[in-house]
This record gives sequence, structure tokens and C-alpha cells, in this order.
Amino acid sequence: MNNPNLLTREQMACRVAAELQDGWLVNLGIGIPTLVVDYIPEGRDIIFHSENGIIGMGPRPEREEDIDPDLMSAGKGPVTLIEGGAFVHHADSFAVARGGRLDAAVLGAFQVAVNGDLANWRLPGATRGNVGGAMDIAVGAKQVFATMTHTDKAGEPKIVEALTYPLTTQRCVTKIFTDMAVVAVTPEGFVLEEVAPGISVETVVAATGAALILPDKIGTIAV
Amino acid sequence: MANSQNMKNKKADTLDAALDRVTDGSTILVAGFGFGGVPEVLLEGLCGRGLRGLTLVNNNAGNERIGVARLIEEGCVAKVICTFSTAKTSFIFTDLHDAGKIELEIVPQGTLAERLRAAGAGLGGFLTPTGLGTDLAKGKPVMEIDGREYVVERPLRADFALIKAKQVDPRGNLTYRMAARNFNPVMAMAADCTIVEATTEVPLGAIDPDTVVTPGVFVDCYYIAGPYTPGTIGTPAS
Repeated sequence: MNNPNLLTREQMACRVAAELQDGWLVNLGIGIPTLVVDYIPEGRDIIFHSENGIIGMGPRPEREEDIDPDLMSAGKGPVTLIEGGAFVHHADSFAVARGGRLDAAVLGAFQVAVNGDLANWRLPGATRGNVGGAMDIAVGAKQVFATMTHTDKAGEPKIVEALTYPLTTQRCVTKIFTDMAVVAVTPEGFVLEEVAPGISVETVVAATGAALILPDKIGTIAV
Repeated sequence: MANSQNMKNKKADTLDAALDRVTDGSTILVAGFGFGGVPEVLLEGLCGRGLRGLTLVNNNAGNERIGVARLIEEGCVAKVICTFSTAKTSFIFTDLHDAGKIELEIVPQGTLAERLRAAGAGLGGFLTPTGLGTDLAKGKPVMEIDGREYVVERPLRADFALIKAKQVDPRGNLTYRMAARNFNPVMAMAADCTIVEATTEVPLGAIDPDTVVTPGVFVDCYYIAGPYTPGTIGTPAS
């Protein structure tokens, strides 16, 4: 699908960033989630956790000479430490995640099911996968925001009734941010909260592989 | 009281003295994440020894053709236990794995860290919500505690741990530098023999006891590797 109104990766990251609130501890996954750090509203106090033991991860250093191989993100990109940041070892880093300290995790996704099941670590039939910290982070975070394109390259929906991809974590996703829409995962089912500018509700419904609850007021994603 | 005459000598004056004890069939914990905290000098020293049947535990399955990847390329490695197996730079491993010549166990990263910690702490395992219902929990017992289900995970103990520290003192007390800490402290606890490469050696008492991260009781042997830029040690197999 080549709809010119589909959001870019940066626009999706920007929309997720607006969701993160003052005082939150947040883990960002690899891919679109990594971009979120660039769109945090000025002055908002969010602490970023990186699975390799960084609490208070800051943006990429401004000067090349300040890049430090001992200070990299989970995606292996150069980062900084904010004032008041801390380093912990891997077991403590995952105690932060599994122990329920993360207010939110932003993770890439292959599929999300109506019960909140997340698939993002291995392709069907693959003999290998890259689980990294995804299973631990998704199981522990208070909220899991999934970022993904609304459909796959073949146009198949990635928001589905039940996963056909290998499960990462059961019943964890709370909200989905795609290039078409913002969809909440609720006990009643998927709720369409916002659509991208120029994308119709009908387009989103057609591109979704499960029933969407359509509230009276559906917002437009601010871009 | 302190008696430096009788103090155990943990210092290896040469790389060979640090590594000669590693034998075929060993399970080896290799610390590091990305470029940070990788014991590159120890890994380079392990190459070219003709070791066989090793099991390596690392976050990844090797990068490019150095360190873990070179050990794999040299045919030293029978099995890799890791969290992230299919990075583009892990081509040495993925080619061999596709050919069925090397075994792989994928472990969620938090579970890997905790399995190491459990081994170091003398525990028989632990219960985690991670992986419940997934392929990675297949065959593992599930227990319900206070109405919530958990996967039973076993400790992961090894014969050797290869550790990179910032500072070491003669008792083997260690500090680490920034995110180079990562797996190092839990791996140092989880091996029968923990071998450290340190950037610098400092005299007894020079490390503030409040800032020791790994106490020397977990360290069997250390080698002074000196400062180097991470990612620059190691030559590909010829």
C-alpha cells in the first residue's frame, strides 16, 4: 500500500513521545522506538532505561569526540548519561524491568492480538530469533506501547484476533501506534482512538484484522 | 590481620598464564554488551589454541571475525547460549548454524542474567513470568504462586568466566566503567574459575571499599590488559 498519508517513522515516534508523561521511567526498544527520544516535548522529565544497565540514558553526544564505546544504547548507538543517572549490572537492570518499575515500554511489533499478546522476536518458521530483553521488558512494564506499520509488506493486517507469529509476551500491549492510527487494547476489544490526517476510519477498519470499536469521537493524530 | 606474604597471588603475568587452564569442552561465560565490557584481550588469547567443544555464553553470537566469532570460525565452539543470535555481524555463527554445525540456545536477556545470578548465589533456580507460553519456555515447568503463573528456570553455572574490569587490586576487587559493567558482575559470580582482564591494577586499599562492585572473592585470576579502544583488539583467523 502506497498511501501518501501514511505516517513516517519519525511521525509515529513523535506521536508516541507525546504519550510519555513527566516522572515516567521508560524503556525504548530498537527501531522506531529509538527515535522517540528525539521528540520528547521540551522540559518534560522522563527517565530512560536501557537494558544494558543505564538508568537515565540521554541523547547522542553532540560532538563526535564525546562518543564513548562504554556508553551505548541497547541498539548499540552512542548515548549520554543525564545528570543523576546511574549504572547497574544486568541482573539489576532486569529487576527494574521485571520488577514493575517501568511506567512504559515502547517496543516494535510484528503482530498484536486483541488480548494484548505481542509478537516481535521471531518470524514464523525461523530457526533463530532475536529475543534480547523484549520478553522481560514487556512482561514487567506497566504499559506496553507497540509501534509498527499497520499492515505488513504484503498488505496483511498486523493487528489481529490471535497471533500467527511466535509469542513474545502474553496480554501485555496496552496501546498500538501505527502509520495509520492509534488503537487502544481494552478488555472490550480494540478501540480506534485516533487516525492519521487524511486516513479515513474505513481505511483503518479495512487494514485491521480484528473488530475495531469505533467511539463517537475519533481524534486525528497531531503531526 | 593483613599479611601480604601469605596472600593468594591472583595475578597472571602473562596471557598464557591466565588462559592455560581452559580446556576442551569447557563452558565459558563471555561478558560484554555491544562494545562495552568485552574481555577482548582474553578472547584474542583464547584463539589459536585449538580448543574444541566449547560452550560460549554471551549476549550475542559473535560479531565480524574477531573474539567470539573467531573462536566459532576456528571450530572451537559446539554451542552458543545467547539472547540475540541473528545480528548482521553474526554471519560466522549463522552460516554454521544453518549448516547444522553448531548448537544454539536462545535465552531471554533478563532470564540469562538471573540464571547467572542464581548460579552465583547458590540457588537451584528461580521463578519468572518471562517467557510464559512462548517457545522459549517449552518443556519447562510452570508454577503458580499467589494466583500468577511463573516459568521455572535453572541456574547457569560455568567452568570459566571471562571478565573485563576497569580496576583490579591484588585481592581481585573490581570496578567497572559506565555501561561496560553489564553482564560482568553476574558472570564473575557464576563460574568455577573467573578470569579477569583489567585496564589498570591499583594497590591494596586504593579502591574505596564502598565502590567495589565485584569483591575479589569471586575472582580467581587477573591479567593487566592495559587501556585500549573497545572493538579494536583481535585479528581474524587467517
